[in-house]
Amino acid sequence: MTEPALLSVEDVSVDLPTPRGNLRAVDRVDLTIGAGRTLGIVGESGCGKTMLSRAILQLLPKKARLSGRVMFDGQDLVRLAPERLRRLRGRSLAVVFQDPMTSLNPVLTIGTQLIETLQEHLELDGNSAKRRSAELLAAVGIPAPEQRLLQYPHQLSGGMRQRVAIAIALSCEPKLLIADEPTTALDVTIQAQILDLLAREQRRRHMAMILITHDLGVVAGRTDEVAVMYAGRVVERAPTPALFKKMRMPYTEALLAAIPKIDAAPHTPLPAISGRPPDPTRPIQGCSFSPRCRYAAGPCYREKPLLAAAESPDHQYACFHPIKAPAGVCA
Amino acid sequence: MMQDIQPIRSHDALLRVENLVVEYAVGGKTIHAVSDVSLQVARGETLGLVGESGCGKSTLGRAVLQLRQAVSGRVLFDGQDLTAMRGDTLRRMRQRVQLIFQDPIASLNPRRRIGDIIAEPLVISGVKDPTRRQQLVCEVLSAVGLDPSLVIGRLPHEFSGGQCQRICIARALVLNPEFIICDEPVSALDVSIRAQILNLLEDMKARYGLTLLFIAHDLAVVKAVSDRVAVMYLGRLCEVGPSEQLFARPAHPYTALLIEAIPVPDPDVRPAESVPVGEPPSPIAPPSGCRFRTRCPRADQRCSDEVPELRPVAPEQFVACHHPLIAAG
Repeated sequence: MTEPALLSVEDVSVDLPTPRGNLRAVDRVDLTIGAGRTLGIVGESGCGKTMLSRAILQLLPKKARLSGRVMFDGQDLVRLAPERLRRLRGRSLAVVFQDPMTSLNPVLTIGTQLIETLQEHLELDGNSAKRRSAELLAAVGIPAPEQRLLQYPHQLSGGMRQRVAIAIALSCEPKLLIADEPTTALDVTIQAQILDLLAREQRRRHMAMILITHDLGVVAGRTDEVAVMYAGRVVERAPTPALFKKMRMPYTEALLAAIPKIDAAPHTPLPAISGRPPDPTRPIQGCSFSPRCRYAAGPCYREKPLLAAAESPDHQYACFHPIKAPAGVCA
Repeated sequence: MMQDIQPIRSHDALLRVENLVVEYAVGGKTIHAVSDVSLQVARGETLGLVGESGCGKSTLGRAVLQLRQAVSGRVLFDGQDLTAMRGDTLRRMRQRVQLIFQDPIASLNPRRRIGDIIAEPLVISGVKDPTRRQQLVCEVLSAVGLDPSLVIGRLPHEFSGGQCQRICIARALVLNPEFIICDEPVSALDVSIRAQILNLLEDMKARYGLTLLFIAHDLAVVKAVSDRVAVMYLGRLCEVGPSEQLFARPAHPYTALLIEAIPVPDPDVRPAESVPVGEPPSPIAPPSGCRFRTRCPRADQRCSDEVPELRPVAPEQFVACHHPLIAAG
């Protein structure tokens, strides 16, 4: 890609001190995303995907130590003064969290929360901010927006609350939206509606989006590129079609295979991944996935494989024994 | 393709739910959680029960165990009416029916050791000999894939979610029940762990000769383990049928909507632009007639006037819809 990246995460690590020792939540991650593009970050709980998004947003817990650079629109967010960072967040860098109940303020009306964001960043007067808020609610598919502005989060369903959170995130026309498991708390019919809403608004606004999820099904049809994370590292990264056609990293393959398929016959045993992810306070010497990997041998137990491209420059993976046969989506 | 599915004659049914109605009173209003639901589960069968949050599927599970008092209707387990039982009779009956919950960590007492947690049902059911109890606990822990010597003396917080769910399954199995109600047993677990637990449930079903009521909101998960599937919407059953048949040819528009909404892990399958069907209405004031009509593309006047009855559309497949997607045959 020749166009300069909107966001580039360069050699970012996050360490958290815990009573059991240092926990490396994010381990030397490099990622880029161009303007208007969608990047999916996939991984299980504890793989570091949320910590990575917090590192991008500079919203890490106080005790966390961050190293590396987060270049956004030509500025290094890690070294940006708090005041400038505050003006950037919510304006050109927005976020939607998993649980809309806890990310909205329960004692303020929907209107107050929307108007606050608009006035903070866009210097709108009261009336235009109110009008704009109602427009935003209508844009995210909330019926009777004027009345909704007067309501509190608890008066709305989970799906409606997530729409409000999206409206707030979109309110200042951000360049990058980070959606961290935006539909995990929602029912499947509502999930489809929210994902469509995000995709539509993203196209319309030419906004870049990072979609964080544990569900490969969610990223398959809705991202340009996917990064798979395991134990704090990116273990495979490729354009979405290439990843699903020829996955190389055994973890990606295993993750896909473990999803129950709607077209499989009932009582088909699922190819489960044995064991569980490693304890992040007790790093494994070799490849973090080696204890659970059916291809692991020799160097996998001694050395950490580095993320590198082999046959095509945009498909990278960290594995000594990549899957050779095109596994494809039939796994 | 459907060799597993036997027609269910009523005398084969281990569990029969007849016209069950469960309501909650909330702030002077009534929540119609389960409205006139009838279903049966044959011995050795897994019946999947799917629906969105708030559709009453968990309430139905609890009402089977008499953890929720039904307003009307009957729950027959092995021919005996549980709704008429009280006290000791009910407690003895409950030993044959166990429950596994969604949140495995919250359903274990954080201050008790795993060995004691699993032995508790034995204590309650009157197994007085501690050595015998210990032996049964060790057997069941090995069965769910945990090493008894490493597990018994430890506390729940020392285990991951997947391991806690194994412990919950062990606790449900220790009394050697005939029937287990699994209420969203894998929704709180990661993809890789979820597959392990689903496989374990299937193994345990075979090993202990269990009959399962498997409640979940994820259709793919339900299909993976169920012989038949019942779809519930806002307190009522929409459709019941053999899993494969129901997924291949859904008759109820709601079933079709649920199937369509499942994200497919294949980038060549473009997600269908979701139908703007909105959200389920409140169970405090459910729509008249067919409760799905406010989100249904096929709804007409009849749907608001008349409650659709569950009727056959295909062998073993029943639908409650005035305008089913497949014609009755």
